[in-house]
Amino acid sequence: MTWLLDLSPDEWNAVWLSIKVATVAMLFSLPPGILIALLLARGQFWGKTLLNGVVHLPLILPPVVTGYLLLLTFGRRGPAGAFLAEHLGIVFSFRWTGAALACGIMGFPLMVRAIRLSIEAVDRRMEAAAGTLGASSLWVFVTITLPLILPGLIAGAILAFAKAMGEFGATITFVSNIPNETQTLPSAIYTFTQVPGGDEGALRLTLISIMISMAALVASEVLARRVGRRMGIE
Amino acid sequence: MSVLVDISHRLGDFAIDARFESGGRLMALFGPSGSGKTTLINMIAGLIRPGKGRIEVDGRVLVDSGAGIFVPKHKRRIGMVFQDARLFPHMSVAGNLRYGRWFTPPGERYADMDTVVDLLGIGSLLDRGPAKLSGGEKQRVAIGRALLASPKLLLMDEPLASLDEARKAEILPYIERLRDEMKIPIVYVSHSVAEVSRLASDVVMMAQGKVVAGGPTEAVMQRLDLLPAEERSEGGAVLDARVLRHDDSFGMSVLASAAGEIRVPRLAMKAGAPVRIRIRARDVMIATQQPTGLSALNILPGTIVAIGRGEGPTVDIAIDCNGATVLARITEQSRQMLKLQLGGHVFAVVKTVSFDRANTGAGLPSDIHG
Repeated sequence: MTWLLDLSPDEWNAVWLSIKVATVAMLFSLPPGILIALLLARGQFWGKTLLNGVVHLPLILPPVVTGYLLLLTFGRRGPAGAFLAEHLGIVFSFRWTGAALACGIMGFPLMVRAIRLSIEAVDRRMEAAAGTLGASSLWVFVTITLPLILPGLIAGAILAFAKAMGEFGATITFVSNIPNETQTLPSAIYTFTQVPGGDEGALRLTLISIMISMAALVASEVLARRVGRRMGIE
Repeated sequence: MSVLVDISHRLGDFAIDARFESGGRLMALFGPSGSGKTTLINMIAGLIRPGKGRIEVDGRVLVDSGAGIFVPKHKRRIGMVFQDARLFPHMSVAGNLRYGRWFTPPGERYADMDTVVDLLGIGSLLDRGPAKLSGGEKQRVAIGRALLASPKLLLMDEPLASLDEARKAEILPYIERLRDEMKIPIVYVSHSVAEVSRLASDVVMMAQGKVVAGGPTEAVMQRLDLLPAEERSEGGAVLDARVLRHDDSFGMSVLASAAGEIRVPRLAMKAGAPVRIRIRARDVMIATQQPTGLSALNILPGTIVAIGRGEGPTVDIAIDCNGATVLARITEQSRQMLKLQLGGHVFAVVKTVSFDRANTGAGLPSDIHG
């Protein structure tokens, strides 16, 4: 056990950085995730199939391709990157924020799928009932729809978090592998495997990675069960 | 209060063309399933937008397709009780009850939590979740939830249809209390002769998207020919009466009605209380002379005012008993045997035991003609 926790400062940084990147990626993709899931579940508009395709692209493209596209778009000279850096002071390239962006994009299709399924399962007659009681569409969404899709939200968030913890290809392509800045757990493990005598470190970080992912999964199970019990629909 | 509906609406092959106006306390929208009642009530609630037409409640225009007016459902202040209760599963009973209150402007909140909880007898359920309630309890909570939004009109869409007979009998008295104690007009959708006869002050009868009859309950429910086929055997005269006295030695109550005294099984009401009874046409026998040596206790003299062809071998005979109409369903053979003709003097014979919980209920206090 002491062997497991006997990490170098750089290794600790990789662990914390991974958790930070995954958490930020998850939290920031939730609002757009809910919005897109709503559009896909309930919207009727031209280009819905196209939107659905674009959302799912990161799932089917090679991660390196996604990373490279991010580099082209959000890099210092990319159109979006230059604009954000100039006007909002947000820089993605070779920063941990870039890692979070890459992880968020890669986990986005998984999150949207989970939320969309739960929105489609919502009994719309409940929403109609809330409307007759005086609730406007926005209030219906906040007081009825959101609570009813909570299990789906939790599942989607945990999936995105887990995906972010394991994201490697897009991240390393977009923001490289800089210790203390963009070196997440998978990148650190990869680095260990590239140097002689790095096996022990790689194994250590692998075990930690498994523990974090398992903890996230168990937490989501517990949360989902608690929510389900409260609604009496276990 | 007045409700005015004048709409035409197409749903594929099905067309609804309905116009009615009601000022009654509990108006029943009555007709077989598929006659368009639920669509109409959903239009009043704002859940369906009519193709064309006008809807007014209490002089307020909610829909006017010509002027492009469509008030959204959350601004109508119209409560709705659905057949399937639709309680919010993520809130307790108390949370469900409080929901609508939240969206009601403080100055317009006339419904008070304690009064409503007491009226519906749901005080012991407040902390429970909807999943742990019986069907009847769910429906009572749904009624309370709609009431606590202090609506200007309450719509009830077949609120008893998914319940068994025992649960229906459990809830009916609560709806009667609601009708008599809360000053809120109700539009009640039902396909059941028993419910409509018992509860309604006015009836609008629908068939295939059209209004086929409308008016006071006693008058409309006499039109046995218009009843949905599966409900025809339940049809009969609706009489408003009041409790004259109780005869405890035999476990009976004596009612005073326009047609005369009527003996029914003991009612749990005080003397003087209004009672609404339905005398099923198939429960009424006809005698041409004052019968003797007969066990039936209710013998009402009257005059034949209408003879209508019924289903199969039957005829429906309307007898005017001192201003109240009693309906009798007999066979054509009996009619010919007794030579029954319009204007003939006859006696309508009704057994006391033909009255049960399904056809006796509390009468509307202000609508007594007896």
